[in-house]
Amino acid sequence: MEPNLFKYILKHSRRDQLIILGVVVVSLLFYYASLDLPKTIVNAITKLAAHADRVTTFMHLEIGLPGFLGGANLLLFDGFRLGRTAYLIAICVLFLVFVVINNWFKIYINTAKGRLGERMLRRLRFDLFDRVLRFPQAQFRKVKQAEIATMIKDEVEPLGGFIGDAFIQPAFLGGYALTAIYFMVLQSLWLGMVAIVILAVQAIVIPKLRKKILRLGRQRQLTARALAGRIAEVADGSVEIHSHDTSNYERADIVDRLGRIYNIRFDLYQRKFAVKGLNNFLAQVTPFTFYLLGGLLAFAGKVDLGIIVAVINAYKDLPGPVKELIDWDQQRQDVQIKYEQVVEQFEPEGMVPQDLQAVGERPAPLEGDIVLSGVVVADENGVKLLDGVGLTLPGNEQTAILAGPGSGADVLPLALMRLVPLAAGSISVAGKDLATLPEAVTGRSIGYAGTDAYIFPVSVRDNLIYGLKHAPVAPADYDQAGRRERELTEREALRAGNPLLDIHAQWIDYEAAGAKDLAELDLRIVETLRLLELEDDVYQFGLRGVIDPAKQAELASRLVEARRSLHSRLAEPALRSLVEPFDAERYIANMSVAENLLFGAPVGPDLQPERIAANPYLHKVLAEAGLAEPLAEVGRRIAETMVELFADLPPGHPFFEQFSFISAEDLPEFRALLGRLGKTGAAAMTPADRDRLTGLAFPYVEARHRLELIGADLESRLLVARRAFAAGLPGDLKAAVEFYDAERYIGAASVQDNILFGRLVYGQAQAPSKIGKLIGDVLDGLGLRASVLRVGLDYPAGIAGKRLTATQRQKIGLGRALLKRPVYLIVNEATALLDSASQARLMENLLGARQGKAVLWVVRHGEEARRFQRLVVMRDGRVAEQGRAEEILARMKSPSTELAAQ
Amino acid sequence: MSLNQEVEMLRRIQLFSKVEPAKLKLLAFTSERAVFEAEEILFHQGDAADSAYIIVDGEVAVDVELPGGGRTRVARLGRDQIVGEIGILGDVPRTATVTASARTTTLKISKELFFRMVSDFPTMAVEVMRVLAHRLEHTNALLRECQDKLATSRP
Repeated sequence: MEPNLFKYILKHSRRDQLIILGVVVVSLLFYYASLDLPKTIVNAITKLAAHADRVTTFMHLEIGLPGFLGGANLLLFDGFRLGRTAYLIAICVLFLVFVVINNWFKIYINTAKGRLGERMLRRLRFDLFDRVLRFPQAQFRKVKQAEIATMIKDEVEPLGGFIGDAFIQPAFLGGYALTAIYFMVLQSLWLGMVAIVILAVQAIVIPKLRKKILRLGRQRQLTARALAGRIAEVADGSVEIHSHDTSNYERADIVDRLGRIYNIRFDLYQRKFAVKGLNNFLAQVTPFTFYLLGGLLAFAGKVDLGIIVAVINAYKDLPGPVKELIDWDQQRQDVQIKYEQVVEQFEPEGMVPQDLQAVGERPAPLEGDIVLSGVVVADENGVKLLDGVGLTLPGNEQTAILAGPGSGADVLPLALMRLVPLAAGSISVAGKDLATLPEAVTGRSIGYAGTDAYIFPVSVRDNLIYGLKHAPVAPADYDQAGRRERELTEREALRAGNPLLDIHAQWIDYEAAGAKDLAELDLRIVETLRLLELEDDVYQFGLRGVIDPAKQAELASRLVEARRSLHSRLAEPALRSLVEPFDAERYIANMSVAENLLFGAPVGPDLQPERIAANPYLHKVLAEAGLAEPLAEVGRRIAETMVELFADLPPGHPFFEQFSFISAEDLPEFRALLGRLGKTGAAAMTPADRDRLTGLAFPYVEARHRLELIGADLESRLLVARRAFAAGLPGDLKAAVEFYDAERYIGAASVQDNILFGRLVYGQAQAPSKIGKLIGDVLDGLGLRASVLRVGLDYPAGIAGKRLTATQRQKIGLGRALLKRPVYLIVNEATALLDSASQARLMENLLGARQGKAVLWVVRHGEEARRFQRLVVMRDGRVAEQGRAEEILARMKSPSTELAAQ
Repeated sequence: MSLNQEVEMLRRIQLFSKVEPAKLKLLAFTSERAVFEAEEILFHQGDAADSAYIIVDGEVAVDVELPGGGRTRVARLGRDQIVGEIGILGDVPRTATVTASARTTTLKISKELFFRMVSDFPTMAVEVMRVLAHRLEHTNALLRECQDKLATSRP
């Protein structure tokens, strides 16, 4: 990248800068004219005051050159002749016109500058990000992720503001200042000299004072960047912090950093205001000089009053531009340093050359052997991880690399993926030098799965098909308005030097996965899931997932069919006791009081279980159904039980959180409340007491908590309230609940809850597995399993795949590599987290599915190597043996012990 | 079964005989009832151990799977007895497979709850030790028997 910011700016925005500069020059002419007017107005008023009938020439325009330039006058326009009042109005209106024109120029110039700056910022950010995509892997170990993000996001931001100003600001402000000074000198040499002297003081002294400010600013940038890095570290290391009780150590570190940042910032603040104060003082002193000197000159008859007014008026505009010019100069230095500090982080050694990532036509897949000769890979300390490795990996055979720790076997795949640089030697794939192959070729032909596949925070499906998004396959389908907008976007992207890749285009390369469209791709994904033994996991995600019945009406109605089918099966005596089905006419003992009242799935926050107790509409319904007293009584009995059960436990005992209706802090309060009620009886209950007690009743589940609080009478009253709640639901709550309806799919509930349409009975040990199996049977019977799997593929993986287990993440990483049907599949410890039986099955599945295709698999045990045709044994970074797997294994008495002995 | 009925039942179990009723109520409230039909499996040998079961009603068979295949019955446990405590006390995978012989109601006590109860109520700890001591004695007796058989079968 261009090391000098100004060169970078000039290189990419010369044309725009010149256009704006041209406008600036024109604007200065108008500015000059507007400076001259006040003098004319004041002089005209003083002269015309005594001569009511005098006729004056209006718009007699001429520009006077100062004496040292020859003193000639440049006549522009001869003018109209006007009476006194008309003349005054004319010159005042003219003044207004100039004000408007000057203002328009200012707006235009500022907007143009801003746009230029934003375009350049966009270009700069893209250039930096583009470099991140081409970083060698080693760079990611040197620079913290958060720091890269802060640099691209925050640190270059002020650069954008400055870029617009880089050339125009000095031209614009300098032009203004010079015009004003020129004007003043023209009016009165003396007054002009005074202004120049004070400006000189300003321009020399203040930058000196600001040097320190600049240095502090730089420190501020570095400390803030380090802070961002540390905060990200704390977030990443949160498990370590909790498990080792080091939170206070981290607090101390952050406090220390914040303290340093505070000191720097406060120092900055103080100095800034000191300089500002001095500046203001100088600006105020000048008029004093003008009044005094101007007055004396006027007494001497050397100047008239209009000149003094005009000079002061012109001077009024001066300190601003001059100060801003000084600011600009400071900013220039500051921004240049910032730019250098950022850019140097983005120029690591060994970046991927730009042309290797160029977008092009679909390349022909590689076919042939991978040949390594004399490959040496060294780590940062120069230790050789691979030392002169020479071997051939046939393009149609499956090869195992058998290795103990430190043998370099795990580095070999990295070298093949160009993830580590070669210190010596070469690798060729199908006769082509690997180092010069574009990523478009390697990324499609080689499938790589390492130990920790990164899972993006998108759905499981999108994670699996990530490896199919090499380049736009077909343009996006825009309507007329969309296309117009896209054209505008593209034009703007071009001006900012961004590539025209469209994120809305069709990126998924179905052909690479052996599919024609999305539906076929889903079939391929399911096949892959089966190979990876991930199908059941995704099926479970599907059961837990939700669908929008408006968008997937067909599936929704099939799932309601599955519900009916399940419920007819549930009539069997062996299954009847496992599920309590939803029934609008019955109280559901396995559901809480609140859920029974709502009898629907809450949508949005208002009627969620934890908030429903506070809902005023519900309280109104309960009061009308005569349930206020009985529910308070239920709450009182719950409170009694809780006080009895939990009173002896120390606060903070985990039972409170797990089991109690009342938290440890609230327990004494409830005890006091119960004591009060014991004395006065329930009749004296205050509304607040009642609310507190009723709150306890809502989460109560009769079948689970078994306190025998909901009798037949209360049940029927609760059912009345349930009906009343639904019947009178106010408009603002209509969208907050979807009532259970045996004939309708409930969009707010999971697929499984929709099929089950009831609750599992508490205490039936085998109910979850039996019902799970039953649901599976029902779905299979209706041919719906694939649909549920598809819903499961929409399951969000969470940040860095946190919603998946470690093994699921590994399998998805493998699936991603498999789905694009690579010519070569490289598996580098990508099943390490699975238990050994699963690892063996997975290996069997994958090798079977890739018969006759190249596989390179790093294995740890000789036993595993038996499944492969070829075997490479690595020792101390060198190839110890290579050849037919069975021959080598036969020679080695016990491969495992031999490796262990290394 | 209501909570109070359950407490009544727990009181009749020897393991809890010395535990005061209020605590039994807490135990009943915080543990899970698990009903197994005949032939249903409480847990398999080799599973991770996460809970112990107190048999409230019914009967279970304890079988150890033999390395060469097949299984041998080591015990039948009935009402009032605890099963699965070895796995959670020793933090080892299940050492046997336990199957309900008839419809069996159990109180499933999670590992955490079990340790909490034991540490909160030393009498219960002593009772658990007693049960374990009996089982060890039983195992030793079996071992002696085996050794005798081995000695006599050798020429």
